[in-house]
Amino acid sequence: MAKGKKREVEEVNASSTADIAFLLLVFFLVTTSMSTDLGLVRRLPPPAPKENTKTEIKERNMLVVLVNSKNQLMVREEAIPVSELKEKVKQFVSNPANDGNLAEKLPVKIDYLGGQVVLVPKNHVVSLQNDRGTSFEAYMEVQNEIVAAYNEMREECAQKYFKKKFSELSEEELEAAKKILPMNISEAEPKDYGGAK
Amino acid sequence: MAKFRKKGGKKLPAVSTASLPDIVFMLLFFFMTATTMKEVTYQVKMTFPQATELTKLENKSLVKYIYIGEALDKKKHGVESCIQLNDQIVEGPKRVGPFINSERESMKEEDQPKMMVALKIDKNTKMGIVTDVKTELRNAQALRITYTALQKQNR
Repeated sequence: MAKGKKREVEEVNASSTADIAFLLLVFFLVTTSMSTDLGLVRRLPPPAPKENTKTEIKERNMLVVLVNSKNQLMVREEAIPVSELKEKVKQFVSNPANDGNLAEKLPVKIDYLGGQVVLVPKNHVVSLQNDRGTSFEAYMEVQNEIVAAYNEMREECAQKYFKKKFSELSEEELEAAKKILPMNISEAEPKDYGGAK
Repeated sequence: MAKFRKKGGKKLPAVSTASLPDIVFMLLFFFMTATTMKEVTYQVKMTFPQATELTKLENKSLVKYIYIGEALDKKKHGVESCIQLNDQIVEGPKRVGPFINSERESMKEEDQPKMMVALKIDKNTKMGIVTDVKTELRNAQALRITYTALQKQNR
């Protein structure tokens, strides 16, 4: 070159990257949502067989929970507030005093515990029946209480047999825990009792 | 005496905006990772009930959604609760079965048994329509369901 001084390469103007990034940011803010979905996980029974196969369940093994179209709750012919439901379910399933009116406990051999025989409320059923006019909110509240009762009992069970939290149990321990404390919530077909819809 | 400064001589240097793109990019990446795409736009009213015993839905690709609630467009769909599948409000629960089957078809074969149906139901919905949908799901062999709810704070 004619002159000794080297010319520096001009810098690319970067002031517009901010605008571009802002544009992208706004796009993602608009099209996405923060919320992670939470939900109450339940399992539906397989489709009902055509012919009516009635399984006989002893009355003492049934805890019938009724919710009517005015969202009132009745457990075993007795109207109670929702707040008392959890205790009722726990009492029914665990049946600490071996009451002849609550869930029947049968000895079951648990292989995981080295063949130890544990008294298990094997045949109990919590039967939830609702009306077609029941509001979903009330239904969820009742479901939630029942599941809460089971979760608490499972926690106790895990502590007692495995000295662990329920969420920390291994696959096999979980299997055994489910045998010790089966979760039987049945949902009957809703009846139309009439009343306000 | 000291020298006087020339009035209006030196201007203050402009605040450097060179790091602004970096800051914004950081925000951008935060939102890209922390959020998920909206599934659909709701065409029904959605206020969820509250509950405590909730589990987080993992693996969103396995979850299919069914929305039940009062239609936002009351003139077109009336005041009764409606069912929304994907982006449309459908007539009656009869359409749920075929919908679930076609959704299942579109999934990878090994994922099909793991399919989960999330029922997003407005809390004022009557159980009648919910039960009809549940019956349809049972018939379609979609047995793993979850009721979407909000976490209840301090009970």
